[in-house]
Amino acid sequence: MKRIALLGMPNTGKSTFFNRLTGASARVGNWPGVTVDLLGAKVLLGDETVEIVDLPGIYDLHGFSDDEQVVRHFLENNPVDQVLIVLNVSQLDRQLSLVLQILQLKMPAVLLLNMVDEARRHGISVDREKMSEMLGIPVLGMSAKYGDGYKEAHELITREVRNSEPVRLEKIRELLVRDDEIENTMEHVFTSTVQVPAQLSNTLTEKLDNLFLHPWLGLPLFFGVMFLLFQAIFFLGAPLQDLVAWILDQFRVLVLDPLFSNVPAVLNGVLLDGIYNGVGTVASFIPIIIMFFLFMALVEDSGYLSRAAFLMDTLMSKLGLDGRSFVMVLMGFGCNVPALMGTRVMRSRALRLLTMLVIPFSLCSARLQVFLFMIAALFTADQAPLVLFSLYLFSFTTVFLTALLFKGKYHSEEAFILELPPYRFPTLRQMILRGWHETRHFLHRASKFIIAGVVLVWLLTNFPPGVETASAQTWAGRIGEFLSPVLDPIGIDQQLTIALIFGFVAKEIVVGALAVIYGSEGTELMGLMANQLDWVQAYSFMLFTLIYTPCLSTVATIRSESRSTAFTIVSVAWPLALAWVVSFIFYHGARAMGY
Amino acid sequence: MSCLKLSAMKPGASGIISALHTEEDLFHRLAGMGFRVGKLVTVVRRGKFSGPMHIRIGTTDIMLRRLDAQKIDIHPSI
Repeated sequence: MKRIALLGMPNTGKSTFFNRLTGASARVGNWPGVTVDLLGAKVLLGDETVEIVDLPGIYDLHGFSDDEQVVRHFLENNPVDQVLIVLNVSQLDRQLSLVLQILQLKMPAVLLLNMVDEARRHGISVDREKMSEMLGIPVLGMSAKYGDGYKEAHELITREVRNSEPVRLEKIRELLVRDDEIENTMEHVFTSTVQVPAQLSNTLTEKLDNLFLHPWLGLPLFFGVMFLLFQAIFFLGAPLQDLVAWILDQFRVLVLDPLFSNVPAVLNGVLLDGIYNGVGTVASFIPIIIMFFLFMALVEDSGYLSRAAFLMDTLMSKLGLDGRSFVMVLMGFGCNVPALMGTRVMRSRALRLLTMLVIPFSLCSARLQVFLFMIAALFTADQAPLVLFSLYLFSFTTVFLTALLFKGKYHSEEAFILELPPYRFPTLRQMILRGWHETRHFLHRASKFIIAGVVLVWLLTNFPPGVETASAQTWAGRIGEFLSPVLDPIGIDQQLTIALIFGFVAKEIVVGALAVIYGSEGTELMGLMANQLDWVQAYSFMLFTLIYTPCLSTVATIRSESRSTAFTIVSVAWPLALAWVVSFIFYHGARAMGY
Repeated sequence: MSCLKLSAMKPGASGIISALHTEEDLFHRLAGMGFRVGKLVTVVRRGKFSGPMHIRIGTTDIMLRRLDAQKIDIHPSI
């Protein structure tokens, strides 16, 4: 099968073009020589099926950034029949260098000048015939976003790929030696083919920047935008989540329970309480992931995410992070899972790993449910807001502390230079495609791990056969007993330990687990817990719940996004250790002060 | 004409890049963004509290940390 590689600089609409070319059929896959996921699709061009691969956006084939190395390794390990180069017409003065580098490598190429709509607005015009003549490759103008010129591009690619021969490269960096020659040629081609008006009329972006990057208003506006975004995602997502849970519940009550009523209890438990609940856990994330990426596409494609990076950079650079990390941490307060997936916009691996390490400390809405319940049980109404506020404070503190401690280990070698693209409004199609791709990615990569984990916890809390669920005689109870030398010193008794083991599946079920463990529900359960625990124990338990191992779905996402078992282990072990130390200090401090 | 570091330029000021004192990887990164000797750059704004700089080069707007802007020499234009 012939292979086409899509290449371009960041912010040129390359992925928009890829989506238009491949529709919803694109899949994440692995290719020889590269360690990161790339999107690829098989598309019928004319009468032949061709594989199209979307390579990461890069500035320079010669450079050292993670993405630039990925592109080089891809081209060195995978023969390519055709390179489609996507450039932004308005920025040809610097982007033509990428075309010249590809030509130096003697690869068959087609040049697509994207965003002609924007260029027209700016009064920029290009003599494409002359450019094509000077470069020796076909040149076409188009708007991948609105579809102008797309048909012609499609026909051209179909025609070109039919006659092309695969090229396999070795040692690309050695082939690219004449940088200054490229610079001269670029200048020459640019001045002979592109007309740019003396004064660029880009007033809308400038006006918006004056507002959004205002020295005093910028930050308050940023927090306002984040607040609205948060509300939009989670207030629209939560009812959808409830709906999904309701449908799954109805299906179980009306169909599965009668159907499996005659199978042995153990099998029934594994199938329904194990596997089916696991499926339910996976499904409960889908509405949130869709909503998150619908709105994230808006924030990202509009160009505002880069402005957030600008606004937060002073603080974030001290933590070894950037402003985009901060946005993801904030979103993590709703749900850690999509926030972790959202870190993919950060192109430096070290920066991304550090961000993924701190996101799980964000007090997500699932943990909030546990805290609201415990606070209601053990604190007065006057104390409640303060207690909750202190937990949020701990959440932020652990984020900053973790970043400071690990910034040396996950230190980004890449200089932090970011484009501030003009403000653009994404089309609805772009937003929906994004939500769809991300959901499929999550299902594909994380669902097996999550379901297996839910089954495992079910086994732990129901085995050996014959014992009462979640009692001290179960394996979970024995683990609790085994761990008591570790957890007793922080005030967490055996019953709470079993709840923590449940909490590993999802924090939402901790309250439900407590109900099973204590054998009562609602206000009665609150009363029972208030009798058995004092506030110091309860607060220690909440601190531990806040900080310790993020839920199973978070771990699954960290594993699938980092593709590193070692990193996943660190991201589980470090919060566990920190949770213990913080709870220990709190518990003994409070006891020492006489509480 | 005297030389200035890009990091020392005030908002609204423009100049021509006269030298890039960078390591190889930063050099490539800057070149890809359009930072090459002889190019005209304008400082659009500077972030508060030693924050990043907002630089315009050709039709591209870029944010750059001051630490990196220190490595770029500019001939101020009138």
